[in-house]
Amino acid sequence: MSESKRILVKGNEALAMGAIKAGCLFYFGYPITPQNEVPEYMSRVLPGLGGQYVQAESELASINMVMGASSLGVRSMTSSSSPGISLMQEGLSYLAGQELPAVVINVVRCGPGLGGIAASQGDYFQAVKGGGHGDYRLIVLAPASVQEMYDHTIAAFHLADRYRNPTMVLADGVLGQMQEPIVECDDVQPEPRKPWALTGAKNRPMRYLKSLYLKDGELEAHNRMLQEKYREIEKHEVRCDELLTEDAELVVAAFGTAARIARTAVSMARDKGLKVGLFRPVTLFPFPKRELKALSERVKKILVVEMNTGQMVEDVRLNVSREADVSFYGRPGGGIPTPNEILEKIEDSFS
Amino acid sequence: MKTVFSKPAALNDAVMHYCPGCSHGVAHRLVAEALDHYDLTERSVGVAPVGCAVLMYDYFNCDIMEAPHGRAPALATGMKRSRPDLVIFTYQGDGDLASIGLSEIVHCANRGENVTVIFVNNTVYGMTGGQMAPTTLLGQQTTTSPYGRNFNTDGYPIRIAEMLSTLEGPSFVGRMALDTPGNILKARKMVFKAFHMQVREMGFSFVELLATCPTNWGLNPSDSIKRIKEELVPYFPLGVFKEREAD
Ligand SMILES: Cc1ncc(C[n+]2csc(CCOP(=O)(O)OP(=O)(O)O)c2C)c(N)n1
Ligand code: SF4
Repeated sequence: MSESKRILVKGNEALAMGAIKAGCLFYFGYPITPQNEVPEYMSRVLPGLGGQYVQAESELASINMVMGASSLGVRSMTSSSSPGISLMQEGLSYLAGQELPAVVINVVRCGPGLGGIAASQGDYFQAVKGGGHGDYRLIVLAPASVQEMYDHTIAAFHLADRYRNPTMVLADGVLGQMQEPIVECDDVQPEPRKPWALTGAKNRPMRYLKSLYLKDGELEAHNRMLQEKYREIEKHEVRCDELLTEDAELVVAAFGTAARIARTAVSMARDKGLKVGLFRPVTLFPFPKRELKALSERVKKILVVEMNTGQMVEDVRLNVSREADVSFYGRPGGGIPTPNEILEKIEDSFS
Repeated sequence: MKTVFSKPAALNDAVMHYCPGCSHGVAHRLVAEALDHYDLTERSVGVAPVGCAVLMYDYFNCDIMEAPHGRAPALATGMKRSRPDLVIFTYQGDGDLASIGLSEIVHCANRGENVTVIFVNNTVYGMTGGQMAPTTLLGQQTTTSPYGRNFNTDGYPIRIAEMLSTLEGPSFVGRMALDTPGNILKARKMVFKAFHMQVREMGFSFVELLATCPTNWGLNPSDSIKRIKEELVPYFPLGVFKEREAD
């Protein structure tokens, strides 16, 4: 193995580097804070790699440009932040309906509305429950470090291609803006063949991609097939992290930036002799239901911490055993929970 | 015996779903003839709109992608940028292109994307049952302008071809009517020219076709054809608005 080199980069740059490492040469996007380093990086680097950067006129256009490129079988990506992601919901629904792979990055800021540019986790519902119209799911990955911004972007391309499904990396402004050292990956899986892609009908019958199903029962069958695919994803792609959960009486459940902060609170609690662990969903869809259920049978209490008013906590409540007691601590609107605040909540639970 | 007329190879044998007297059939044929003429079917991808032509993939014998309402020019941009060797065309109605998709068409044209757009202007929303479109003429009754389009409340009909011709990006912008055999032949020439522009990598090309919608106009097919000449052409003049010469 070659000596791996550590380089210091910003989270947003790591997203862009991961995409390029995965072989994505086509980026379409529209500026919005706090993710502008992604389009800036892409516009600088892609032309030299024989790729294309297009600054779209809107997020509506960018997601549709991604859809166009994806329909021809190439890897393409867009990135945005909350209000821009709202505009992409139409395209995401169509991508899901037409079973097209695409990678969408959401560096979440706080809302609703124009809200503010500070980090938030207020888009959990939108990412995980649908957002656009119809019965569909995105695969959603939640990084918690700059290294994971890079790794998860690469993984997002593989997952998108493997399941022919749009995949979202759900980060936030803190992860996008902070700098950390990362190690670049040097063995990326090859891109699979895409026998469904539109490539011009040379030596084969014409082909089309659509999401319109008008004949009786056709759409129902299509939707059942999509749901079966989502069950496959739930079977094979769940990822989560557990820290100090073996003997824990209380577990803090959090994702992304909130999980990073919670980790500090957990070690502060351990220093005080409290048996506390951390449960971190890495995939938000598929949600680690079985892992959480098993954990909830062992621990008495679960404290969910989020940078919103309580979104993932609903999935936690749905998936714990009856006995476990679930509480919530959240900071919305750009507020970031401090380790001390979380520690205080942990201590309250023990008293 | 000498064959003097046949179905273009770029058209499939599909059962016609368009209404009797609808111009979509003629417009399809013109596009198919252009694909045949330049031998493009094996390297073309068409982008279908939302509107009566949404079932385009039944008719055209080339790869087809379905776009959300109005977004076809954005899809076409993503396609052409990633596979410039393919010939990419969109086929859109006036509701699709001039209303919800106005931003996409203007910016695609302005970037001079090397794609071809066929714009079928029948002055109404056909598929959804004849509501007012941005191109609906003043005084024209539709299901959502039951007293006739009134500029005080509904604005004026938009002349898309003229608007796009003010941009630097397009290589060709023209408008023709699908009413008389003579005009259909001229429309055919424009459609050919639009595809030829793309093949020569001259940038964005655009043809607006004034079309009938007998069903939603409440007219029989022959009166619909008359209406094109009497009412549409005076407001939407025919001709070439922009043509870039090869250098
Ligand atoms: C986002 C969205 N809004 C509205 C519709 C409903 N819709 C379907 S077709 C159409 C109008 C199409 O009219 P036009 O483009 O003029 O095509 P025509 O049917 O006349 O050929 C509308 C409004 C839709 N499919 N999607
Ligand atoms: S509704 Fe109008 S545009 Fe649609 S097929 Fe019928 S005549 Fe043609």
